[in-house]
Amino acid sequence: MVIVGLIASVLGIALGLVIDWFPAQGSEQAKKIDTFWDVLIICSVPVFVLVTGVVLYSARYFRMRPGEENLDGPPIHGNTRLEVVWTAIPAIMLMALCTYAYLVLHDIEKAPAAGNERQIQVNGQQFTWTFDYNEGGKKFSSAQLYVPEGESVKFNVKTRDVLHDFWVPAWRMKIDAVPGITTNYRVTPIKLGTYPVVCAELCGLGHAFMRQTAHVLPKAQYAAWVKKMSAPAAGGAAAGGAGGAAPAVDAKALFQQGETQTGATACGGCHKLADAGTAGGVGPELDQVLKGKDAAFIKESILNPNAEIAAGFDKGIMPDTYSKLLTGPEVDALVKYLEEVAAK
Amino acid sequence: MFVLPFAFLIGLGCFDYWFYWAAGKPTRAEDHSSHGATSWKSYFHPNTDHKVIGIQYTVHSFFFLFVGGLMAMLMRAELAQPGRQFVDANTFNGLFSVHASILIFLFIIPVFAGLANFVLPLMIGAPDMAFPRLNALSFWLLPCAGVLMLASFFAPGGSFASGWTAYAPLSTTAPLGQMFFTIAVQFAGASSIATALNFLVTIITMRAPGMSFFRMPLLAWANFSTSLLVVIATPFIAASQFFVLLDYALGFHFFDADKGGDVLMYQHVFWFYSHPAVYIMMLPGFGIVSEVLAVKARKPIFGYRMMAFSLLAIVVLGFTVWAHHMFVSGMQSWIRIPMMVTTAIIAVPTGIKIFSWLATLWRGVIRLDTPMLFALGFLTMFTCGGISGVMLAMIPLDIHVSDTYFIVAHIHYVLFGGSLFTIFAGVYYWFPKMTGRMYDEKLGKLHFWTTFVFFNATFAPMHIIGVNGMPRRVADYADQFATWNLVISLASFCLGLSSLIFAYNMVASWRGGARAVANPWRALTLEWQVSSPPPVFNFDQVPTVVGGPYEYGVPGAVHGIFGPAAPAEAKATPAGTHAQPPTE
Repeated sequence: MVIVGLIASVLGIALGLVIDWFPAQGSEQAKKIDTFWDVLIICSVPVFVLVTGVVLYSARYFRMRPGEENLDGPPIHGNTRLEVVWTAIPAIMLMALCTYAYLVLHDIEKAPAAGNERQIQVNGQQFTWTFDYNEGGKKFSSAQLYVPEGESVKFNVKTRDVLHDFWVPAWRMKIDAVPGITTNYRVTPIKLGTYPVVCAELCGLGHAFMRQTAHVLPKAQYAAWVKKMSAPAAGGAAAGGAGGAAPAVDAKALFQQGETQTGATACGGCHKLADAGTAGGVGPELDQVLKGKDAAFIKESILNPNAEIAAGFDKGIMPDTYSKLLTGPEVDALVKYLEEVAAK
Repeated sequence: MFVLPFAFLIGLGCFDYWFYWAAGKPTRAEDHSSHGATSWKSYFHPNTDHKVIGIQYTVHSFFFLFVGGLMAMLMRAELAQPGRQFVDANTFNGLFSVHASILIFLFIIPVFAGLANFVLPLMIGAPDMAFPRLNALSFWLLPCAGVLMLASFFAPGGSFASGWTAYAPLSTTAPLGQMFFTIAVQFAGASSIATALNFLVTIITMRAPGMSFFRMPLLAWANFSTSLLVVIATPFIAASQFFVLLDYALGFHFFDADKGGDVLMYQHVFWFYSHPAVYIMMLPGFGIVSEVLAVKARKPIFGYRMMAFSLLAIVVLGFTVWAHHMFVSGMQSWIRIPMMVTTAIIAVPTGIKIFSWLATLWRGVIRLDTPMLFALGFLTMFTCGGISGVMLAMIPLDIHVSDTYFIVAHIHYVLFGGSLFTIFAGVYYWFPKMTGRMYDEKLGKLHFWTTFVFFNATFAPMHIIGVNGMPRRVADYADQFATWNLVISLASFCLGLSSLIFAYNMVASWRGGARAVANPWRALTLEWQVSSPPPVFNFDQVPTVVGGPYEYGVPGAVHGIFGPAAPAEAKATPAGTHAQPPTE
């Protein structure tokens, strides 16, 4: 039985280590947490195998046979030595794990030796994130998160309304955005690419849809992005790594990517629109609800979204702050674009 | 919302005793006219008999299990595919909030109180609970809470949708439905505090002669510990919800950060109840499993005293770990370390219990019938939940997996694979005693195996998608999780169907099952020494306890004797007037 147990434990541990549990390992912190998880698996599987093994063994070998209906087991009331052993061993194991956990925690939270770490302020609001940058004295904000690869970043997390939780699964770290205080954590992204930003604390109707994207860029590309963002606004620069500042408002790009300087989120993050190729999923599909509507209706719906709600949707999900976040020309361009698309 | 339930209770006659007293009319302290059930209709009237109340509690709780389960089915239907299919986001948030609230406050906590209500006075040789009228009131508070929670779906703006945790300031700014939760919790909480006091007084003062604390069955120990937890902790959730009520209705600023409120305070007060509540939902189950394992393995409980002490250790430690729910809440970071250590330590007494149960099985003569299968299923599944609990206690991992499906998996392994399995074990085990009928063994085993298989198929994959990055409490999710979610949904529907086997078995067996003998399991504890179902006043003669409750395998051992010890009766009944056997 001991041998069977050992084999089962080894198989269980192997399975536990082979399964690809985590999303991409995108930060220094993720490496340490993933290793910690492997240690937990190695400690846990034998405990489970032991309990299950004894249960199965007992069920098989101590099961009542025909003719034993009136038989009782031996009256064993206890065994002090055994009880001390199964109190002490788990206690020692748990204390060892706690110590290891403390060391890992210390590692993933400590400030980088070099000092001078980049700070980004993260603002949560129902139901979107905005990111405030301060790069060498130049302040700007973005609806998407951009960070350079290989440098430690400290996120200072705030909220404008209820609790949110700033989580990038690929970086493993998360912290609540709490009204009244600023919380923080730091990560060192080590992998280029785009990763989901997720809200992990229930924040109301649109909680499930409060997702954005984190972009990890090579240092040079990041510097270019910062330069573009901190340049004086040239009549509504389109956000995103691609495309330069256009003199006129590119309404389609605005729809797809949002307005980066004031933090107005992209329409396409929530609304499906075939022409812009956005997937939506949160708000009404604009191809349907805008059919046959005039410009006045579209403008009202952008600036004052709760005035009229499409059937099957709820008031209060779409931010009612676009009148402040978008400039007049931007709104007009959007209305024009949507009207044209709706008329098709 | 406050007034209606009280009017309902007065209409039922829950307070008429006070009216008699206030009007100077003679009150009848020893009136037992309302004892016992004469027909099934008796169960719909207030009754002071602990056995009737126990059955009322149990059946009422199972009704809400099915309601809560149906909500889970609706959620799984919505989550079967990414995107929106069946319900909108608001309804979905309402569904999981009401699902959790109902199953916690109207199923798990009361169903344990119900089983113990029926069994515990019998086990300790008492004719009834210490305060029979209070007992009846505790039960009738529950339908008030239940109706309020369900009625919230009809409130303008939908039902409460901020989770069963009702975190401020989301809850203080929510539509009216939130108040249905806030107030319903007061009723459910009052009910469980009253019951806990009742259990404490009953256990302390009404034990049969010779029943020392260390001769009590572990179920009595378990309920003693649970009641201590309830009495100390439950006022804290009442407080947290009163804060929300005041913020919402009267514009206080407890949780309004702009006006000097403190959002984190809500979480501290809330979890100071709601972590002990986890043990309130688990310790009675430990008691049930101890009874079932000893009887079905035909062996004494291994390390009886350590089993009792570990319960008390959990009670004490249970109050020192609440902030492990708040590792990512933004509280002062140093608190996390002591909370991690205490959380890890609490696994030690729990481990002692698991290992002692395993040692109880060792070399026994094991009867693998339905209650035993559920008890063994509990042992393995609860170990899973315990292991993931230790993982969650470790801060670096918790930072990644908190508020994900890993948590959903963990709590369902603890509350479904843990609590619910013990509840099923207990219901099958005492079914003959409660109804006087035998349940159908074949259907019982079928119920176990379907439940066990589909339970794992439903909740095990949630560990994987949780670690992989799927947050909890979402009506929609990224496409990468679609495959597992479909699997989970299909398994959960089968799990839901398996509960129909149980419902059919209970109803059919109660109506037409074979008559049960007094002691079908050859158990030693006192409840099995009287007829099935027991006489109206439990014991025709006061039992005298002469030995431990689990002396299986000791030749000629008995736990309690009836009859000849009558002379000892008068002096040995410590409870004074309460415990006098009614002899009119």
